[in-house]
Amino acid sequence: MTEHEHREKSGGPSSTESWFRSDAPAERWLLSGYSRDSRERTILLELVVRVLFPTVIVFSLYLLFAGHSRSGGGFSGGLVAGQAFVLRYLAGGRLDDSSTFSMRPPVLIGVGLTIAVLMGFLPVLFGGLVLESGTFAFTAPLLGKIKIASNLFLDVGVYLLIIGVVLDLLRTLGSGVEADIAASGEERR
Amino acid sequence: MLALVVAHLLVSLVLPGLTGRHTRIAFGVAALPPAAALCWVLAHSRAVLSGAGPVEAVNWAGPLGLGFAFRLDALALVMTLLVSGIGVLVLLYAGWYFERGSGDARRSAPLLLAFAGVMLGLVLADDLLTLYVFWELTTICSFLLVGQSGVTRESRRSSLQALLVTALGGLVMLLGFIVLGEAGGSYRISELAENPPTGAPLSVAAGLILAGAFTKSAQLPFHNWLPAAMVAPTPISTYLHAASMVKAGVFLIARLAPVLAGVAFLPAVTAVFGIATMLVAGWRALRENDLKLLLAYGTVSQLGFMTVLAGSGSYTGSLAVAAMLLAHGTFKATLFLATGVVDHQAGTRDIRELSGVAGRLPWVTTVSVVAAMSMAGLPPMVGFVAKEAAFEAFLGGGWDVAVEVGLILGSMLTVAYSARMLWGAFAVKPGVRRNEADPAPAALWIPPAVTALGCLALGVGYPLTDALTSAYAGRIAGHEGEYHLGLWHGFNPPLAFSALTLLGGLALFALNTRLNRRRELLPAGMSAQHGYERVMGSLERVAVGVTGRIQVGSLPTYLAIILLTVLVVPGSVLLFRETPVENLRWWDRMLQLPLALVILIAAAGVARARRRMTAVLLVGVVGYGIGGMFVLGGGPDLALTQFLVETLTLVAFVLVLRRLPARFTETESSRGVRVPKVLLALGGGVFVGFASLIFSSARDTASEVSVQYLEHAEEGTSATNVVNAIIVDFRAFDTVGEISVLAVTATGVASLVLTARSSRRRRHARSRRDIAVTSPGTSSGERGSEVS
Repeated sequence: MTEHEHREKSGGPSSTESWFRSDAPAERWLLSGYSRDSRERTILLELVVRVLFPTVIVFSLYLLFAGHSRSGGGFSGGLVAGQAFVLRYLAGGRLDDSSTFSMRPPVLIGVGLTIAVLMGFLPVLFGGLVLESGTFAFTAPLLGKIKIASNLFLDVGVYLLIIGVVLDLLRTLGSGVEADIAASGEERR
Repeated sequence: MLALVVAHLLVSLVLPGLTGRHTRIAFGVAALPPAAALCWVLAHSRAVLSGAGPVEAVNWAGPLGLGFAFRLDALALVMTLLVSGIGVLVLLYAGWYFERGSGDARRSAPLLLAFAGVMLGLVLADDLLTLYVFWELTTICSFLLVGQSGVTRESRRSSLQALLVTALGGLVMLLGFIVLGEAGGSYRISELAENPPTGAPLSVAAGLILAGAFTKSAQLPFHNWLPAAMVAPTPISTYLHAASMVKAGVFLIARLAPVLAGVAFLPAVTAVFGIATMLVAGWRALRENDLKLLLAYGTVSQLGFMTVLAGSGSYTGSLAVAAMLLAHGTFKATLFLATGVVDHQAGTRDIRELSGVAGRLPWVTTVSVVAAMSMAGLPPMVGFVAKEAAFEAFLGGGWDVAVEVGLILGSMLTVAYSARMLWGAFAVKPGVRRNEADPAPAALWIPPAVTALGCLALGVGYPLTDALTSAYAGRIAGHEGEYHLGLWHGFNPPLAFSALTLLGGLALFALNTRLNRRRELLPAGMSAQHGYERVMGSLERVAVGVTGRIQVGSLPTYLAIILLTVLVVPGSVLLFRETPVENLRWWDRMLQLPLALVILIAAAGVARARRRMTAVLLVGVVGYGIGGMFVLGGGPDLALTQFLVETLTLVAFVLVLRRLPARFTETESSRGVRVPKVLLALGGGVFVGFASLIFSSARDTASEVSVQYLEHAEEGTSATNVVNAIIVDFRAFDTVGEISVLAVTATGVASLVLTARSSRRRRHARSRRDIAVTSPGTSSGERGSEVS
């Protein structure tokens, strides 16, 4: 690090620098910016999680939207997304310190539930019945015909709620138990 | 009408953003929706009085028969005038009463407005269930408004008492509503009034509904929550506990009077409870020294009066109760608001400490005198007009004589405590230091002045009052009566009774000081408050006893209870009923066999495992195996969910296992414990196995519902994945219910874990602090780690 700084000061942005460091991570290594104690740390897992996390999240979104016509749905999508966070926790630990995902799990659960319930009542405003669903189809350029069913939003609520539940699990049984172990270890010392 | 109610609630939702800095503006904004409601009602008043008020019904869940129904009729008109009219005044008054930016102000503005909204919904409701929903919402608003910040023990206890008593009555009332609705075939009040049910169901429903009305309107023996609720700030006491909410019980009896007309015991029951309440509370009011408590007992007493009238069912009685609702709303609001001004300016509302306030606050004194005259039933106030009608209603023979005597005695007490209130608040008393009181700002005395003007205007302009009330009375009795409200009916018995009441009341007031001395010598006797406390105490003891016996805190015991229940309840049916197992096949595909073998080996391994981690991993293998079975069986959605849930369960287990010992038991448990456990586990396993065999063989063709789902998924929900169509559309109601349960469970589990942790941490911190105290040398380092 110091060597690099030194070189930066003296030589400026040279061609060798870009050659050496072109693929070095410019931001924090894991999204939470926290890494485990060196005795518990596995770089391999961290690297895998770094690559895998966005992919898994995208896959979960695919499941959410695909649920209408193929396997998937809000519940399994939410579980997949939740397990992306589980992976991140296993690699980096201390999910609650994460600055990238600042919404607290209970809030996320509440938001999910609120969306689901509001979506249920929305048809009443248009003279429909509670939880009735409608379909809107339109043609978008490049994408072709797109069909959106209003009950998709109920699934979005379920999706968010499930992510919240998993995050809550990680917060209490994951980081919570970890902090407990740390505290009791301190006690013994 | 629903829009008006919703407008109240929406404005109250955005209000908290405003109350922090601009308290008075916030209260001004809060007064807008009730003002709009008032204007809307006044615009429709002509149509309403001719019997053609607007009706509105919104079916939000038609197939379930659930909907909101509203109707603006004569009674609703009278009540809306009170609810919205006094609501506007109280909200404006509250803006000046509360300190700017104080916590009470921030809480009260949105809550008061929300209360105005639900109260409006309550009085306009034409559907029993709509009425019930708004009824309970007023209870909740009252709980929050009485409790305020909940800092003092008194406010917590009072708000809880109000909540428990009125919610209990509300639940009993709901039972009555259901009996009534099911017996009458409709929950619409207007339809029930046309075809009321008869016989035993009607009597049962009437009894249950009366319980709700009596708790809400603070009738004996439930009356004590109302004086206790006086710990709330004065604007709240004015609005909820004098002018509007407590009238809901009387309103309910009046509203359902046409439906309950066939109940023989209704007039007798309301008369007995009403008169008892009127007398007991009036008597108590003569003893109280706190002006608000005095007025609160006065309210209870007047509510008893109105209960008697509402239950009478006669034309004149109905006329009197409608007039009395108006009269009581105006004079009690005036007196409460005036008391609030006295309290605000003089710093006390104790009769023994107030003296010479009349000279300091002349306007407040004037409006109070007007209102107290109305309360005592003096001409030309509306109170006099209403009381004349009430006396007229019970001029018949028989039991009416007893009721009339009760009313006269109760009214004497009313005159006496009205005089006591005026004397106590404003008179110069010998031996008491005169209070310093700054002149009240106009915004504080104008609202009571408006209501006091109402007392006078409704009395002098009695034709208007008559028009308002006779429309309601005509509907109850089914015909127009001969009696009309008025100030002068000639020399007749009611006038004599009024004079008698006045003289008796003044005599009682004159003798009151001496009476109070006597009263202190009397034994305490029965007290409703003690009764309430005793009931609550024994309830808590029973709860502790039951919980202590059922919740022993041992996981094996809970599991044993659950398994035993499963074995006994559905298990015994399996033994006694012949249940053939048909179409038994050993396998559908060859691949199922190795999968089943894996599951069996893993299951056997779980039973043999000594280490927790081994057991958990093997359970995971069983779960994945089942998922594989789903794949083979052709249920990809099911399999996907099974795999995901299994993974998550495994992770959760592993996370928890960090804190548990590696092995299940360090020492072998004794045979006496182990054998029953083994037997129970075997029994449970065998039962579940056989049950699933039987259930799966019982259905060899797709059920009717499944066929329907498969047929309608595409055109009904535009989903080609039927599983998802069921989740988000066909059974979406179930889904919402399930995710609610999930949310509650997750929050509950998280709270439990966090509570256990924080209490443990606190214990550590305390023990560490003790160490630090005994060895001061290391204290700074210890403290540092404690904070982290």
